[in-house]
Amino acid sequence: MSTQTYRPLYQRPKSLSPVRNSYCPGCHHGIIHRLLAELIDELQIQERSVIVAPVGCSVLAYNFFEIDAIQAAHGRAPAVATGIKRVHPEMVVITYQGDGDLAAIGTAEIVHAANRGERITTVFVNNANFGMTGGQMAPTTLIGQKTETTPEGRDPLRNGFPIRVAEMIASLTGPVYVARVAVYTPPLVAKARNSMKKALLAQIEGRGFGFVEILSTCPTNWGLTPVQATKWLEENMVPYYPLAEFVGGPQT
Amino acid sequence: MTYELLCAGFGGQGVMLMGQLLAYAATIEGKETTFFQSYGPEMRGGTANCQVVISNTPISSPVLSSPQVVIVMNRPSFEKYEPMVHSGGILFVNSSLIDLVSQRADIETHYIPASQIAQEIGNTLVANLVMTGAYVERLHPIASESIEAVLKKTLTGRKEQYLALNLEAFKRGAAVITKTKEQTT
Amino acid sequence: MERVLMKGTEACAEAAIKAGCRYFFGYPITPQNEVASYMSKRMPEVGGVYLQGESELASINMVMGASAAGARAMTSSSSPGISLMQEGISYMVGCQLPGVIVNFVRGGPGLGGIGPAQSDYLQATKGGGHGDYNLVVLGPSSIQELVDLMKDAFEIADRYRNPVLILADGIIGQMMEAVQFKFEIDPTTLPDKTWALDGAKGRTKRLINSLDLVPERLEQHNWNLQAKFAQAAETELRWEEFLLDDAETVLVCFGTVARIAKKAIENARQKGIKVGMIRPISLWPFPQAPFQKFMAGAKRFLVVEMNAGQMLQDVRLAVCCQRPIRFSGKPGGTTFNPEMIEKLIWDLEEEGSK
Repeated sequence: MSTQTYRPLYQRPKSLSPVRNSYCPGCHHGIIHRLLAELIDELQIQERSVIVAPVGCSVLAYNFFEIDAIQAAHGRAPAVATGIKRVHPEMVVITYQGDGDLAAIGTAEIVHAANRGERITTVFVNNANFGMTGGQMAPTTLIGQKTETTPEGRDPLRNGFPIRVAEMIASLTGPVYVARVAVYTPPLVAKARNSMKKALLAQIEGRGFGFVEILSTCPTNWGLTPVQATKWLEENMVPYYPLAEFVGGPQT
Repeated sequence: MTYELLCAGFGGQGVMLMGQLLAYAATIEGKETTFFQSYGPEMRGGTANCQVVISNTPISSPVLSSPQVVIVMNRPSFEKYEPMVHSGGILFVNSSLIDLVSQRADIETHYIPASQIAQEIGNTLVANLVMTGAYVERLHPIASESIEAVLKKTLTGRKEQYLALNLEAFKRGAAVITKTKEQTT
Repeated sequence: MERVLMKGTEACAEAAIKAGCRYFFGYPITPQNEVASYMSKRMPEVGGVYLQGESELASINMVMGASAAGARAMTSSSSPGISLMQEGISYMVGCQLPGVIVNFVRGGPGLGGIGPAQSDYLQATKGGGHGDYNLVVLGPSSIQELVDLMKDAFEIADRYRNPVLILADGIIGQMMEAVQFKFEIDPTTLPDKTWALDGAKGRTKRLINSLDLVPERLEQHNWNLQAKFAQAAETELRWEEFLLDDAETVLVCFGTVARIAKKAIENARQKGIKVGMIRPISLWPFPQAPFQKFMAGAKRFLVVEMNAGQMLQDVRLAVCCQRPIRFSGKPGGTTFNPEMIEKLIWDLEEEGSK
C-alpha cells in the first residue's frame, strides 16, 4: 500500500512541542497554544520567532513551542519583547500573557509598548482570575464573581470594576490591530485564529502592534466542570467583554 | 603649578561658562583640569558656583576646601565666599553689582566693574568674559591665546555674531588688571 | 591621542558606544540625565538604538530583552531608579544575561536628594535584588577611569554572562575632565553568543529562563552561578595602592572620596605624616590582598565614605580585628573636602601619639 494513499488531515503543528502541556482539563490555553503554533507554521516564521512567556499559568509556555523563548518577570513581557525586537527587527516577537500578568502588574508595560507601536504581537488570555496562584481576584474578575480573595463576590465599592483591556488598548493610537475573541465553539475558534493571524501579520508586515484578547475558562478555580465553565463564560463574560475587532477590522 | 578657582554668581550670569572656558583652554594646552559645578534646583535663580582646577600634574581633588582664588559676580556670592578665600589668596569682585568691600587684609582683592564694562561694549551678558580676562591676566593659569582659540572654536554658526563682543570683553577685563599693575609700579 | 573635555555622564555614554554598546534604555532621573540625552543623539549616528522606557522597570527589562537577543546593552540611572531595577537585575542574573548598569548615586533613602552620595554601596555589592547572587561592581574615581571601566564592564559582563554595575556618584557624573578614548570596538566583530535568541534556524530552539520548579535542579543552577562568582572573585579584583609603603595610617576610600582624600594625604605627607590609602576599584569582589600586604606597617585604618558606613563592613572583614578602624561618613548628599579629611588624619595621629 502506498503511503500516498493517506493524506493527513489533522496533525500536531511543527511549532507545537511534542510534550504534554501543564494546563488543567477544560482550560482554553491548550486551544490557544495550538492556534498560535498552527499560525507560526502557516506563516513560515518558526525559524525567526521568539515567544516571551509571562508569570502565571502559561509561565511554562516556553516548553510548548518549538521556537526560541525567554521567560520574563511578572508583567514585563512587553518590555523584554521590545528589547529583543529592537535588536532583531526581522524577528517575530510574541508575548503570551494572562490577565494577572498583563492587566494587573504589567499595565504600564503593555500600555506603553502598545502606544509606541512596537512591532510585536501580544496574545492576552483573560480568564477573570489569577489561575496559577489559586484563583484570586484579577482586575478582570466580574462584579459579584466569587474568588479566593472576593469570598462574597467582587464588590466594586471595594475592588473597583473589571477592566476591558482590549478597549483600553484600542483607545491608543499605536496599535494597528486589536480584537477580543473566544474559543468555546468551533466557529469562534476559526474567528480567533483569523484575528491572531491578523495580529501576527501586522508585525510581519512591519505595520505595528497587534493585540488579541482571548476569553478563556478556568474550570479549576471557577469550581465548575469544563462544560459548565464554557456556559459560564458565554453567559457572564461575553456580555461584559464583547467579542469584536476594535482596531484593524473590516469596519475600521 | 596648580591653580584652584571658585566662580560664583546668579544662574544666568555665565558662571558655569566661565569655568568651562578655562577648563577647555587648559585642555587644549595639554594641561590637567577638573571642572565641577554645583548642580540641582539651585541652578535656577539662586547662587550657582563652579570649581576649576588647572595643573601640570594629575589633579587629586576636584572639590576645593578653601579656594586660592574666588570670582564673585553678585552680592550673595560675595557674602558666602569672601570669608572662604584661602589666606594669601585672591578675590575678584564684580563691583558693578556688589557694593561691598572686603575687610580682609590677608587676601588680594580686585574690584572689576565687569557688568558696567560689558554694558559699555554692548551687552551685560559678557560680564563673565570681562572677569575671565581679569583673572587670566592676573594669574596666567593658561595663555590668553588659548581662551581666544576656544571662543573661536565654540562660537560658530548662529553664535559667531557674538565672537567679537566676547573677545573684546575678555581684552577689556585684562586691561583693568594691566592698568592696576601700571599704577602700582 | 586626542584629549577631550567632557562631562562624566557624557563620557560614560561615549565610552559605552566605543565599547560596542548599541542599545541604551533608560528613564530620566537627576543627576545623570545627560547620559540619555547624549545617547539619544549618538545612537542613531552609529546605527544603534536609544529608547526611553516608561519606567526604570521597563528599561531594565528592555536591557534584558536586548541582551537575550545577543547585543551589548545598558542602562543608567540614579539611586531610586536603581532600586526599581533590582527585579530585572535579579532576573538577568538568573537567566545568565550580561548587561551594564550605571548608578550615579544620590542621597537617600526614599526620594532623598540629588547631591552626590555613596549610600548604595551595600545594595550594589551584596546582591541588591532577591536570590543568591553578586554583580561585579566597579567604582571609578575619575572620568578617565569611568571611561576605561566601561569597556571592562562590558567585557566582564560577557565573560561571566552576568550584569556588571558601575557605582559612580553625582560628582563623577556632573564634573568635567579631559579624557581619552583608547578603544573603539565594532560590535559586529564581537564573537557570536551561542546562547542568544536569534531564531531557531538550522538548530534546536533556545531558551533563556530563570525558572526551575525542581528544587534540586534549581540548587544545581545556583551552584553553577556561584562557581562563576567564585571565578570572578579571583579574577576581577582591582585596587590602587597610594603612598602605602611606610604608611602608619591607612585610609580606605572609593570613588570620589578617594580623590578628595588624595589631596588630604598629599597635604599631610608634606607635614611629615606617614599616611597612605587603599582604594578599592572593584567593590565586588572586594580586594582583601592589599590589607594583608600593608598590615604589618599599618597602625590604624581610617574609612571615609559619603554614607553612614557601608564599605566599612568589608574593611572590617579585611582587617579582621587586627588593627583599630575609624570611620567618618557623610550621608545624604554632602561632600567632604580635602581639609576635612586632613583633619581626620591629624586627629588620629594625635590620638596615636598619646
